[in-house]
Amino acid sequence: MSALLQANDLRRHYRVRSGEGFFAPKSVLRAVDGVSLRLERGRTLGLVGESGCGKSTTGKLVLGLVPPTSGTVRYRGQPLPPVGTSAWRGLRRHIQMVYQDPLGALDRRLPIGTQIEEPLSIHEQVSPVERRDRARAAMESVGLQPHQYERYPHELSGGQRQRVVLARALMTSPGLLVCDEPISALDVSIQAQVVNLLLDLQERLGIAYLFISHDLKVVRQVSHDVAVMYLGRIVEQGEAESLFATPAHPYTRALVAAIPTVNFGGGRQRERFLLQGDPPNPVNVPSGCAFHTRCPFATAQCRAETPTLQPLPGGRMVACHRVHEPALGVAA
Amino acid sequence: MTAPLVAVRGLTVDFGGGTQDSRAVDAVSLEVAPGEALGIVGESGSGKSVTWLAALGLLPAKARVTGSVRLEGQELVGAPRGDLERVRGKRIAMIFQDPSSCLNPVHRIGRQLVEALALHRGLGGRAAEAEALRLLDQVGIADARRRLSDFPHLLSGGLNQRVMIAMALAGQPDLLVADEPTTALDATIQAQILALLAAIRRDTGMALVLISHDLGVVAENVDRVAVMYAGRLVEEAPGADLFGSARHPYTQGLLAALPALTGPRRRLTAIPGTVPEPGTMPAGCRFAPRCPVAETRCATVPPPSRTVGFLHVAACHRQVEAGLSVWSLPRAAE
Repeated sequence: MSALLQANDLRRHYRVRSGEGFFAPKSVLRAVDGVSLRLERGRTLGLVGESGCGKSTTGKLVLGLVPPTSGTVRYRGQPLPPVGTSAWRGLRRHIQMVYQDPLGALDRRLPIGTQIEEPLSIHEQVSPVERRDRARAAMESVGLQPHQYERYPHELSGGQRQRVVLARALMTSPGLLVCDEPISALDVSIQAQVVNLLLDLQERLGIAYLFISHDLKVVRQVSHDVAVMYLGRIVEQGEAESLFATPAHPYTRALVAAIPTVNFGGGRQRERFLLQGDPPNPVNVPSGCAFHTRCPFATAQCRAETPTLQPLPGGRMVACHRVHEPALGVAA
Repeated sequence: MTAPLVAVRGLTVDFGGGTQDSRAVDAVSLEVAPGEALGIVGESGSGKSVTWLAALGLLPAKARVTGSVRLEGQELVGAPRGDLERVRGKRIAMIFQDPSSCLNPVHRIGRQLVEALALHRGLGGRAAEAEALRLLDQVGIADARRRLSDFPHLLSGGLNQRVMIAMALAGQPDLLVADEPTTALDATIQAQILALLAAIRRDTGMALVLISHDLGVVAENVDRVAVMYAGRLVEEAPGADLFGSARHPYTQGLLAALPALTGPRRRLTAIPGTVPEPGTMPAGCRFAPRCPVAETRCATVPPPSRTVGFLHVAACHRQVEAGLSVWSLPRAAE
């Protein structure tokens, strides 16, 4: 059976000026460099990584909003049609996007009801009465009140605005929602409301999510599987709970160790694993394993050869030359 | 207990109208002991930043600040500008969320550091340059001599925050107020900056006020925590007590809303509703409209602060028993 979404060896390279000034030589920024993903119906794949790792670009590639330099995206077994064609527009009703900033994604001059109806006017020929009924039903399903139909975005709180964006995305009954940092702009007490809403909608409607976020705790809460990206590549992929409990790639270990948590019992049981330095400039990715400049375990092989994703027992995939060595259990 | 370094008493900040319901900060009292690390937790609009901006006289003129902020007995609220300038940067330094907007983009890092050293320590020439080098070294910037002649845009966000910390340390302050110092940074860089702040505190004995919306950041880095909601202090306790046995329904709600990184996944408990807007503050307890155990008096009478344990204070009419979370009660279902 074919997966809902299947991305194979996606690459997106940009030509950028490498120095200062207009005539500086161009070099290649590999925003996404060989990413393969598979997502089944009704499941959530979390995509995590730090800024500049290519996770948002990957989300846009999946929708076709950014054309890939190479690689393919298949939705329900069919390749993604070229962007701008009517076939692509037809497919876009099945794949919707939710961004971080709901105010930026909404038109400030239109009442939210009109905006929630808009996907229907684009994708379906339905009467104004039916549009209105379905908009109200969508509002109810995301926890908005019917009287808010006439409201404008500025009259709503941040959490309510994100509910509007979700209601609008749900109007065409999509099979896949690409969520790019959907709750990062919300207050802590509101984040939990939206996380619970996303989980409820998935259970009820069977939507799949590609959930892009830098917040590992939220990703763990919503995802079935997680892929960790570093400088345009997936370095580790696996089942969410086990990946966070026993991260295998040194970068994932550092990322998990860096998440500040409230430990109710007092004390700290997780390993300390502090990375030195900043992530390298994506224009000038280190040779071999891109992580070797910050990795405490790097060897000559890591500096020369790029590791590929290899399966570990239990279904985990890890791109690290030294992952099989037991001595790495002790952080340097 | 030792005499406090900073004692805030009944600090109130009004913007605009000045009526009770538009208060950004309402009668906040806090103490910071010498060398102590105090965390201030709250959501946007809780007044956690405004409290400290008011204490240092950094708010615009239209803000009316009343109450008292004493630095080792010296009153700061309403103090003459000259007195405040001898405090700001020298005794109490502050760093902010976005380091690149706090640095001047057209001046080299070295010049900005030397300026701070001239202002607070009266250093000049070779001595200032040597001290600038030492500060960059102290905040863990490699190749410090070259960095002195760099402009801020050449540095990453993490390095710029290190430069801001170096500038804050230039005056050898007794207290550093760090307002969301790592919110704009990536996770691995955030861990570096927090480790750096801890190391500096160990070496210099400086006190720290860490303002953050992230309970995890606060839990791992401070001795004592104060929780603010809609301009009021709702709970204050040593870290372990606050996270282990929170007594205010809001604090308990914040903790229940937090996804875990380990252990079984459970459904998050969401606090219903939203934070009240300035100008529409509830008359009694400001959390009452969202509280699962609110009573009639909660809507009308502001709750007094009560001592509920050793150094543990909570402002709630319902004296919630230790060990009981109001969000696990049947009524609290979202």
